[in-house]
Amino acid sequence: MHFLNSINSFWLIYKRHKLAVLGLILVMLFFAAALSAPLISPYDPNDIDSGHILEPPGRGHLLGTDDLGRDVFSRMAYGSRISLEVGFVAVGISTVIGMIFGALAGYYGGWTDRVIMRFVDIMLSIPTFFLILAVIAFIEPSIWNIMIVIGLTSWMGVARLVRAEFLSLKEREFVLAARALGAGDMRIIFRHIMPNSLSPVFVSAVLGVAAAILVESALSFLGIGVQPPTPSWGNILTLGKDNIEIAWWLSVFPGIAILLTVLSYNLVGEGLRDALDPRLRHGRK
Amino acid sequence: MLGYTLKRLLEMIPTFFGITLLSFFIIHLAPGKPTDVLADMNPKITPEARAKLEQYYGLDKPIMIQYGLWLKRIVKLDFGESFSTDRRPVMEKIWDKKQPLSERRLFITFLINVLSMLIIFIFAIPIGVSSATHQYSIYDKFTTTFVFLGFAIPSFWLALLLMMLFGIHLDWLPISGLKSMNYDSLSLAGKIWDRANHLILPLFVSSFGGLAGLSRYMRSNMLEVIRQDYITTARAKGLPERSVIYRHAMKNAMLPIITLLGLSVPGLIGGSVIFENIFGIPGMGQLFFMGVMTRDYPLIMGILTIGAFLTLIGNLLADLGYMFADPRIRAG
Repeated sequence: MHFLNSINSFWLIYKRHKLAVLGLILVMLFFAAALSAPLISPYDPNDIDSGHILEPPGRGHLLGTDDLGRDVFSRMAYGSRISLEVGFVAVGISTVIGMIFGALAGYYGGWTDRVIMRFVDIMLSIPTFFLILAVIAFIEPSIWNIMIVIGLTSWMGVARLVRAEFLSLKEREFVLAARALGAGDMRIIFRHIMPNSLSPVFVSAVLGVAAAILVESALSFLGIGVQPPTPSWGNILTLGKDNIEIAWWLSVFPGIAILLTVLSYNLVGEGLRDALDPRLRHGRK
Repeated sequence: MLGYTLKRLLEMIPTFFGITLLSFFIIHLAPGKPTDVLADMNPKITPEARAKLEQYYGLDKPIMIQYGLWLKRIVKLDFGESFSTDRRPVMEKIWDKKQPLSERRLFITFLINVLSMLIIFIFAIPIGVSSATHQYSIYDKFTTTFVFLGFAIPSFWLALLLMMLFGIHLDWLPISGLKSMNYDSLSLAGKIWDRANHLILPLFVSSFGGLAGLSRYMRSNMLEVIRQDYITTARAKGLPERSVIYRHAMKNAMLPIITLLGLSVPGLIGGSVIFENIFGIPGMGQLFFMGVMTRDYPLIMGILTIGAFLTLIGNLLADLGYMFADPRIRAG
């Protein structure tokens, strides 16, 4: 009952933010499209049709065809699956790593904290995109590897957030009470403090999905991400660049899809931030 | 102030060691020896040449010794020889002393990044300030929309669209390289004009995202500052609104921006891979990308280290700039 109440009051604040609601609708639409890709695609995404190469958008092909005569709309529908998969798995990885490091640093302090935070600083000093490219140079650029690499290079923000939460929470009465009752460190970290520090992590995870989708599309665009023939928005854009003078549709539509997806996750993230932050609960600035 | 500067400099040392350690171990992620890659690329390599290489990289020694040897060389700015067919030293590829300054890869990337930061700084501050002072106006809504688009738009897609519109459709701007084919035959003014034309699109693309972020940040800082008591005091004593905003409020709202500019350095450097690749700019990012495609170990490690070093310098400058700008810290 308490849970339902809090969901309810959360929604009351969230829905005041009109753009965040729009973002949520878009997120759900993209999810629906990804889930029903086989249903909404008029063609097989890998069907080569040499009779209809680089056809502009029209009745036969809603968003045109590419240089092998493949239907762009169908490829984009399947590409949305890739984007979401990469976004969510990468964020899952980075969130777990960030939470563990942040919790250990914030809870134990001292040397543990110094070593972990120095590591965070080091990771933040290396241009992330360079780091990702360097790692990918030495491993196979499969979808799984890309998810893992993006995840391993984007946990630092979460670690900082969680550390800050732990620093402020670990001296609170409920933690002292748990310790007085004989709870061990692990229990205090994961059962008592962690659940109370999840709001900012949740917000940063939603924003992280958007960031991961952007990185994946950039990698695929450069030809070192998702490899053709597997369709992804980024590698359709590569064809757009190769045919920039003759086939505008290959450049325009996948880009709009990326833009809208990233935009909608950002809007949802902003809405969540406002709705989850008790300090902002009474009217936004 | 001197003490703080020294402390910051000393702090950079362990971070820099950490960075070199990290980039060193990334190279050892790869299965097999680095020289296997070279052998793959160049099947004709003789066993003797291979042995020589292994000795050069110290591959017959334990890994910590290898790291030590590598570290000793990079202190002297020696990143080894590139694996590519020309076999030139990595440092020479990045910073070719035989070329004029404007043709050296590191200089090109550095120049574009510095110019982008200037553009971001020059435009983001007034945009942020004016949208804060006109909160909820149509102008504010317009800039907010621009900010959200700036966050969400993939930079390479923005580049593609601009190339299509200005390069191909309207044919106003060149879309590739840093100068035209007939550059050498141009007059001095013509040369400058030619260079500037080639820089417009890359600079626009590389500063767009940062511009959005920084102007948003400036807006929220301004909104916070103009609610402070001393602003009310300034207004109460009858100062004109202009001087309240630009002299009293803006100065204080700008302080955190300096830190943010420093933090944006790694993103800008990383982004240079993308826009240099799209616009065919012969900078360090393009070289790095070519290195990645050919698994050119020494080149990748060299540029990774230099990129991290530039980031550290950027952060240091930002910290010192902050200190210089904030009288509370300056006085110690």
